[in-house]
Amino acid sequence: MAGSGSVPDASAGNGATPETPSTPLPTGRGIELLMLAFAAVLVTGALILVEANQERQLSRVLLFLGLAYLALFTGAHYAVRRMAPYADPLILPCAALLNGLGLVMIRRLDLAETERAAALGAEIPRQDIWFQIAWTAIGLALFVAVLVLVRDHRTLSRYGYTAGFAGLVLLALPGLLPSAISEVNGAKLWIRIGGVGIQPGEFAKILLIVFFAAFLVQKRDLFTVAGRRVLGIELPRARDLAPLLVAWGLSVGVLVVERDLGTSLLFFGIVLVLLYAATERVSWLLIGLSFFVAGGMVAYHLFSHVRTRVEIWLDPFANFDGAGFQIGQALFGLGTGGVGGTGLGAGRPDLVPFAESDFMLSSLGEELGLIGLAAILVVYLVLITRGLRSALAVRDSFGKLLATGLAFAIALQIFVVIGGASKLIPLTGLTLPFLSYGGSSLVANYALVALLLRISNAARAPLPRRPAQPMVPIAEAGTELVERPS
Amino acid sequence: MNTPVRRIALAVMAMVLLLMANLTYVQVVKASDYRNDDRNQRVLFAEYSRKRGQISADGQVLANSVESNDALRYQRRYPDGPTYATVTGYYSVIYGATGIEDAADEALNGSDDRLFVRRLSDLITGRDPSGGNVELTINPAMQKEAYQALTNRGFAGSVVALRPETGEILAMVSTPSFDPNPLSSHGAEEQTAARTRFIAAEPEVVTNRAISQIYPPGSTFKLVDTAAALQNGLTPDTQLTAAANITLTGTNTTLENFAGTRCGTAPTVSLRDALARSCNAAFAELAATLGEAKLREQAEAFGIGSVDLSVPMRVVPSTLGEIEDTAALQQSGIGQRDVALTPLQNAMIVAAIANGGQLMAPYLIEQIQNPELDPVDVTKPDRIGQAVSSEVARTLTELMIGSENRTSGGGKITGVQIASKTGTAEHGTDPKNTPPHNWYVAFAPVEDPKIAVAVLVENGGDRSLEATGGSRAAPIGRAVIAAGLRGAS
Repeated sequence: MAGSGSVPDASAGNGATPETPSTPLPTGRGIELLMLAFAAVLVTGALILVEANQERQLSRVLLFLGLAYLALFTGAHYAVRRMAPYADPLILPCAALLNGLGLVMIRRLDLAETERAAALGAEIPRQDIWFQIAWTAIGLALFVAVLVLVRDHRTLSRYGYTAGFAGLVLLALPGLLPSAISEVNGAKLWIRIGGVGIQPGEFAKILLIVFFAAFLVQKRDLFTVAGRRVLGIELPRARDLAPLLVAWGLSVGVLVVERDLGTSLLFFGIVLVLLYAATERVSWLLIGLSFFVAGGMVAYHLFSHVRTRVEIWLDPFANFDGAGFQIGQALFGLGTGGVGGTGLGAGRPDLVPFAESDFMLSSLGEELGLIGLAAILVVYLVLITRGLRSALAVRDSFGKLLATGLAFAIALQIFVVIGGASKLIPLTGLTLPFLSYGGSSLVANYALVALLLRISNAARAPLPRRPAQPMVPIAEAGTELVERPS
Repeated sequence: MNTPVRRIALAVMAMVLLLMANLTYVQVVKASDYRNDDRNQRVLFAEYSRKRGQISADGQVLANSVESNDALRYQRRYPDGPTYATVTGYYSVIYGATGIEDAADEALNGSDDRLFVRRLSDLITGRDPSGGNVELTINPAMQKEAYQALTNRGFAGSVVALRPETGEILAMVSTPSFDPNPLSSHGAEEQTAARTRFIAAEPEVVTNRAISQIYPPGSTFKLVDTAAALQNGLTPDTQLTAAANITLTGTNTTLENFAGTRCGTAPTVSLRDALARSCNAAFAELAATLGEAKLREQAEAFGIGSVDLSVPMRVVPSTLGEIEDTAALQQSGIGQRDVALTPLQNAMIVAAIANGGQLMAPYLIEQIQNPELDPVDVTKPDRIGQAVSSEVARTLTELMIGSENRTSGGGKITGVQIASKTGTAEHGTDPKNTPPHNWYVAFAPVEDPKIAVAVLVENGGDRSLEATGGSRAAPIGRAVIAAGLRGAS
């Protein structure tokens, strides 16, 4: 885990250890500002490279983009300073850097499409970059709103069932709506009104994590009751399997009705990991995985779109002109990029369909190479481990579960997306958090990051000042009322 | 609850490591496979986004690249396509390249080592990289004359003209030809349609007759017999049979002179007259007298059978075939049986005779130029060897003058003495009823040979059984020589 000298001892326990009030704890806000500035420099440099390599003059767009980026993240930083002064200093800069790199690549693809349209004499296509900037602004607005509204993450646990219900509705909504509103490219996971579409599944993900964290903290004991022992593993009682079965059923429902392999996989994986984290029992993982395998086998045999995905995964080049075209092109892009990449703006990532969303990975891999992708993976890893570190450091169980769920959601999502685009696992239609073009994903992930910051703030903030107490031996120490999550 | 969270963190790291391992596999181990896959258009687009060099001859542009308004930034153009297609070939997105476009691809796309300095300076100055130019040895006047002479009468055939002294290819034509422009277009449909026409065309268009097709040389091969004879001590006055036919040794088959006539009135005929009259019986006898070894040695000295000739397109090796017995040798002596030469090879034979016996390697590329048309590499003529002694070459020239003077057909050039030999070669499964291939090999002027030429007209041109080298091929050869000499004077 990425260490930092300024982080207070994570094993501070349940708050019984008195703090020394004389030295104020470092907030880490200076580091955050520095890191954000670093991200801004990197992103601006990358933008300049893109414009230069596309043989354009450095246009005013560059200035607007740079200023918008600076303004947005200065605002976000200020909000964190005010609302969560002790929050982890690396989480926001990681998100900002990934978001910025995404903007750079989207701008780059815009330029390529504009050039092609100009060459063909066609209408100049929509410039996605301005939409993505707008979504970033909305995302950061939600980010600030979450920080303002959720002053203490523990209050969320009171709304566990509400969140669960809302999440369910959001998850199910596109499946129930007519295809005209909800279907894009074969997957029914949109709500499109007018020209703007959102994927409610992205928000449902967070709400359901909140629900499961609250639910599991409440009913934790239930799941740890041992059932029979089989092959040295303590199995849970059959009747306690219900929540897992519900989650499994939901996942299958999403897969069948909405034809969305990615969300289905993501959702089930998160539930499984939360169950494991809450109960510390490996048996839940094993049962869940066997459910997953069974579900996967059944889906493979019943649904042609699942079967197609698997066949493409096994050999994308067998049907290169048809179903294998996307992944084949993505592999060509990655291979052409090689170790060092072609350089920003010097490759042809626009040859891959959905280069700015589902296949952002191959766009980045072609132009930045393996080195660039490794760096991006490290940024993700820092973001995730800082989230998990907050989970370790925070004092309440709900916070721990919530942070674990949120951080793991990002981890599983990048695994599924990057693995899918590089033919490690079958392709699913998900976006890379912060990098890919797509409003819902971006906005939802900023909410997710805001929650992580809120939890990390709780983990790192000094306890409320008490009048200096005389040091008393532990045996003589008085008891203390600790606020309990409902 | 901290222990499972720590384990989850470890699992996350394992997942990231797995991703890294897989990306390494894709971007390092499999990278070159993916990069060079035919279906990966990135390489192609990169090639097209660079300005490809031009192909020119004597300052005239035969192929160049102009900016286009589509995904491929440059479009290949062939201003006088069909005339030069035999040389330039085409440059197709779908079907690849042929001719010089293929053989000199590295120079044209700029990746040739000789253009390294240029690439380096492009990199440093940030100039748009562009390919080098290829200047050919082709003489546009001769090429045009040869192309028109063949196509005006709808002949399928080939003309190859060489500069005897250097081996420069002055003209290389194969008809019917094709227009490389639609094949090199950027539209898939246009290319496919052009390709379909190209493949299905009759007579065949795909094959470059000048270097990729071998034909029985017929009587033009008697030059090789004569050279072998003179090299081995026989003289122009050596007497050969003047009979109208000869029975092939060990068979009942007779081999007749052209039109079944005797070779003069005397019982014997001199080698000189036999060549001038092109008497088959006499040369069948001569071949048998010389023996296979000497004939083969002489043929090889002229380059027949050489397998690694390229101009820089690869030249199909010419051959004498298997010669099993004397009968076969007698037939081979008159350029029939399994003897088969490319028009280029036949031109090389006369070029060697014209060049005092020295055989020069034929070549098409005069120089490689950088994009500013400054030469970066000039081809130096390469001597393959001494095919015949200079004395024998002189004698052969003298005999060929005799042959030229007995050859009818139009187009004789006033004031220019040509040395030549014609050929009318039977072929096919029913030789007597198949229109013969007509040959004319020649060089001029005899005092100081500037041009050596081989003309092949397939199937008598207009499919006439009476067609001869003299009537069909000779006028074309003379016209090409005339065109060349006009430019030179």
